[in-house]
Amino acid sequence: MKFQPIDQFAATLPPDKRASVYQSTKATHEKRTKLLFDQFADPNRLREIAGGIKQHAIENLDTLLPRVEAKLKANGVRVHWAATADSACATVLGIMRARGATRMVKAKTMVSEEIELAPYLEKHGMEALETDLGEFIVQIDHDHPSHIVRPIIHKNRREIATSFEREGLGAYDDDPGTITRRARHFLRHKYLAADVGLTGANFISAESGRIVLVTNEGNSRFCLAATKCHIALVGIEKVVARDRDLALLLNLLGRSATAQELTAYTEFISGPKAAAQPDGPEEMHVIFVDNGRTEVLASECREILRCIRCGACLNVCPVYRQVSGHGYRSVYPGPVGAVLSPLLLGKKFPQKADLAKASSLCGACHEVCPVNIPIPDLLLRLRHRAKEESVPSPGTPPMGAWALLASQPTAWKAALAGGRVLNYLPAKLLPVPALHTWAATHTLPPWRGGEFRKWLRQRPKP
Amino acid sequence: MTDEREAILARVHQALAPLPRRAALPEYDSEIAVLRQLLAGRDLVELFTERIKRVNGLAFTEVGALVAHLRANGWLHGYCDPVLWPRFAPLFGPGFTVETAFDRKRVDDYAFGLTRAAGAIAESGTIVLNEAATSRRLAALAPWVHVAVIERAEIFADLPHAIAALGSDPNVIWITGPSKTADVEGILIEGVHGPGVQIALVL
Repeated sequence: MKFQPIDQFAATLPPDKRASVYQSTKATHEKRTKLLFDQFADPNRLREIAGGIKQHAIENLDTLLPRVEAKLKANGVRVHWAATADSACATVLGIMRARGATRMVKAKTMVSEEIELAPYLEKHGMEALETDLGEFIVQIDHDHPSHIVRPIIHKNRREIATSFEREGLGAYDDDPGTITRRARHFLRHKYLAADVGLTGANFISAESGRIVLVTNEGNSRFCLAATKCHIALVGIEKVVARDRDLALLLNLLGRSATAQELTAYTEFISGPKAAAQPDGPEEMHVIFVDNGRTEVLASECREILRCIRCGACLNVCPVYRQVSGHGYRSVYPGPVGAVLSPLLLGKKFPQKADLAKASSLCGACHEVCPVNIPIPDLLLRLRHRAKEESVPSPGTPPMGAWALLASQPTAWKAALAGGRVLNYLPAKLLPVPALHTWAATHTLPPWRGGEFRKWLRQRPKP
Repeated sequence: MTDEREAILARVHQALAPLPRRAALPEYDSEIAVLRQLLAGRDLVELFTERIKRVNGLAFTEVGALVAHLRANGWLHGYCDPVLWPRFAPLFGPGFTVETAFDRKRVDDYAFGLTRAAGAIAESGTIVLNEAATSRRLAALAPWVHVAVIERAEIFADLPHAIAALGSDPNVIWITGPSKTADVEGILIEGVHGPGVQIALVL
């Protein structure tokens, strides 16, 4: 039988990878839940408000985007707009060329993964170095991140030590402390030699034009302390209306992503460095990226644009825990990716329409989402869309006979009555070995098809 | 470039036009996300020093204790904000090499960087740096040890207060504990790109 691509991937995943993904997602999820429920009387209320803040923002992008643009310009920031991935990459390259820059250090940004910026810049003769430890390892291995917050959740220390040895970063040593120290020494000189620092944005406030960036490693801070030009790639859905909402969103982001009250570094950037400050960018660019987001905004799944990329839905998802990130064939894996990735493809939606089916619809992703996205509902809407667009669905058993039966009352009633033969079915004698094992310890309850209808007909009318 | 701006904004308008009404901005009391039980009746300095330890930071309230700690760990070469140094120099004494200029060509020479903070947040054990108060971004980041000098009066109770005080400074950074990662097998390692030791000196 043929299966959906995500099922095929899951079937070939080595057991040790599956175990490591399962264990680390489970541990993070449990810590998150404990922290939220220990500290707040009603964490669900916080999620609802945060969801409301983001829903307001995406439904008012027509006024908020021009407002944030005006604020940024007033703060001395140059603002660019990129409709597509290609255009966003070309804008970055243009800024670098105009400065005569050749070396970029990058903080972790999902949108740069989405537009495949680093390979693009390398193709055009630029160095574009990832500085987040996980992303750095992904880059030297020519691999892809498999988790939004933990890019190398699929790798173990032995694989990493082997890669470091291959890259000339020292003799084989798989101690995580040594690995980290080696990356520290290698990368700090790269920051200091770089011309441009590139970051994303976790939030951008329309009230002040402030970009909020969170990291634990301090790599984005190093990019913005060592280089003279800062480029921020910002998805248009990152805007929020007010500064005061940032307190609530940050409280939820750290706890949801890594079970921390706050991430180690939270940076509020509203423009180039102050004149008296010797370190940091004299020039700052913000590139607002669409790349399919306006199509998502026009769709019936626009709630997914609330996402703050915490990864909590990945950590709790029974499917992600088994499949790991690469099974989703997308920059955004897990439940959020199953919604966002096919939508961002626009007309090529059928290529990833199977992802919406990689869910038991258990609802755990909705329960943990810090911005209360009804992911299971959105998955159903996407399944519906795939059906409407007649996207093939290998692995799904043929349901034609069932559909015929269920849509014709006479046939249905006849089947209910005829089902009684199951009471006399000698399971042990059927030529299906799997059924014998089952039948040795189980019996079917007696068939009672049609009884409800009988009761309904005969019940006393009020 | 302008074309793309117009195209994106036109698509945003088009996408939102069919909505019968737009979601309203929720009104809520910022208090809802404040750890009030933790803060109630507490002295902010005391609470801050307690909370920074919880995120693996350190806090001192006397220069002498800080100097002893640096000495005990062999962190004898460092940078100090030139504004602070005249006040601290007599307390450091012999054995220390302290520069008041930070040379980015020798980032690894400095075991510690001593800079002023703009304040702190008691609730989360966070140090707040900004452009106005902090002499050099690199000096607070590259050395293994960062010491932030915080005035007692500049400790905010909670996140909403710290947000409200962001003001017009172009770059404010909240630092909550040492630089850290758990990228390799989920094991916590401190001191990735920034300080492995984060110290608050509250005076």
